[in-house]
Amino acid sequence: MNQPLRPAYNLAFQLYPYRKSPDQDRAVRRHSVVIVGAGPVGLAAALDLGHMGVPVLVLDDNEGIGEGSRAICFSKRCLEICDRLGAGKAMLDKGVVWNVGKVFHDDRLLYEFNLLPEDGHAYPAFINLQQPYFEKFLHDAILAEQAKGAPIEIRGRNRVEAMEPGADHVALKVSTPDGDYGIEADWLLACDGARSPLRGMLGLGFEGRVFEDNFLIADVRMTADFPTERWFWFEPHFKSGASALLHKQPDDVWRIDFQLGWNIDRKKELEPESIRARVDAMLGPDVSYDLVWTSIYTFQCRRMERFRHGRVIFAGDAAHQVSPFGARGANSGIQDVDNLCWKLKLVLDGTAPDRLLDSYDQERVHGADENILNSTRATDFITPKTPVSHMFRNAVLDLAAVAPFARTIVNSGRLSVPCTYDGSDLNGPDVAGMPVRTRPGSPCPDAPLDGGWLLSRLGGGFTLLTLDAEAPEVVEAHGVTVRRLALSGRENPALKARYLGDAGAGVYLIRPDQHVSARWTAFDREAVAAALARALALEP
Amino acid sequence: MPLTTAPNLARPDEAYARLIALHEGLTEAESHALNARLVLILMNHVGEEAVLAEAMSLARSAARAKG
Repeated sequence: MNQPLRPAYNLAFQLYPYRKSPDQDRAVRRHSVVIVGAGPVGLAAALDLGHMGVPVLVLDDNEGIGEGSRAICFSKRCLEICDRLGAGKAMLDKGVVWNVGKVFHDDRLLYEFNLLPEDGHAYPAFINLQQPYFEKFLHDAILAEQAKGAPIEIRGRNRVEAMEPGADHVALKVSTPDGDYGIEADWLLACDGARSPLRGMLGLGFEGRVFEDNFLIADVRMTADFPTERWFWFEPHFKSGASALLHKQPDDVWRIDFQLGWNIDRKKELEPESIRARVDAMLGPDVSYDLVWTSIYTFQCRRMERFRHGRVIFAGDAAHQVSPFGARGANSGIQDVDNLCWKLKLVLDGTAPDRLLDSYDQERVHGADENILNSTRATDFITPKTPVSHMFRNAVLDLAAVAPFARTIVNSGRLSVPCTYDGSDLNGPDVAGMPVRTRPGSPCPDAPLDGGWLLSRLGGGFTLLTLDAEAPEVVEAHGVTVRRLALSGRENPALKARYLGDAGAGVYLIRPDQHVSARWTAFDREAVAAALARALALEP
Repeated sequence: MPLTTAPNLARPDEAYARLIALHEGLTEAESHALNARLVLILMNHVGEEAVLAEAMSLARSAARAKG
């Protein structure tokens, strides 16, 4: 007998209460795609696949979304992906948009920065939004898709107890309040978080660096007139931590984060009196507030060696983990989903060979390495490990107040920007002299169009984007239909700057995840078909 | 452009004396911090990554040669 299934945490929203499935009373049934974990990554994957008509079954050991703000900073690329999935607008409406950051050392403002978002994008550089809302909006979009007939099922209080990978499937033993049952999956997506039980069941490693530091999160509700800015302190004068962060969330909630050091009495630090002492020192004695959620966390920067293991594919924190500095955790998990789902769909359809999924591994390992590098460097700057690195860190801070160059070295988190898949095996030809930011492998930058936005016009299939170039409306090749989106850069400076540069015309082959596959200055059917073959991994 | 290790200071004695004088009256910790700021300022002035890498490598190996 297994342990009775008890919720591991309190719920912010109960969304998929346990209901007995017919699967529990019949012979082992084969499912097309099973997703383990209904966190942001699992929900986004279910939504993306279900939207494309792929039957997905999501198993989660709880019945809804856990409480606690957790990830609060969602990047533009993440929101653009959620927009494609039908959840972006709700996130933007609820989220707090911010652009200004201030950096303090001790009692001194060193400098402020403005993200200065470029004009001509549907989504801002960042929004702050509590993770439960982020997940809720994804789930709302799933409900909307289900109402339209999308084959998505979520089973609450279904915990995977054992798995056995086969040659063409994965067998699972699942426990529920009504006992165990077995199912099989053609493909298994492991979205079961940083502690990933599935990773453990396969005996796979998760190597990287442990950071010996504890961070205290205190989410407080107050109606204070602090501006909607990101304030970061190195060695704050109020002595509430070795560093501190203040950042606004929706519902008059403020995220406060204190760096506590390594040797702490965790239980004592989590007592409301201890937390209030730190918050009071920071905000001043006259500010009244409620403690909404508190937590102490430590972190590691690490990843699995490979994200794909036959029919089991890892995504999000299960595959890679970073420090929170730079908002590269949940945002990169959503980019994993964006990268994976169209590939899985084409493999399931028999349009692309199995090895297309190896490109998920190649491209997202590249993304994870970039995120780990950035977040490790930010962590090393925020928490210097030796007296000499501490001395250099403070030398940079002292100079930052007087010399602009030093501000570029100050690192309180290099904020998440989308990964460009330079060197990917899927990339086709480029044209010298066209804008660097739209080279093959790049995520398409948005641009304003008459009454809309470029990215929403790209949709989710292969697109042939033509700018002042002739091409057929549809190109059929290798079993894929590539639809043309014909635009002109002549009266659209943003589109011209981002996609043409000095070129008079442009033809882009764009993948379903809105990354550039290849580009030319004129249409050539054979060249497009060849690039498409590459993007489908048809060439070994 | 490679790192300049050939003499490049017009008045080496004056430059050295200025460096020593800069540290007058400072505690050892203050001196170390001042050196750190100076290194960062000069790094930015040089700018070129290859030159900086060569300079860093020379600084490190010069100490090893002395044992």
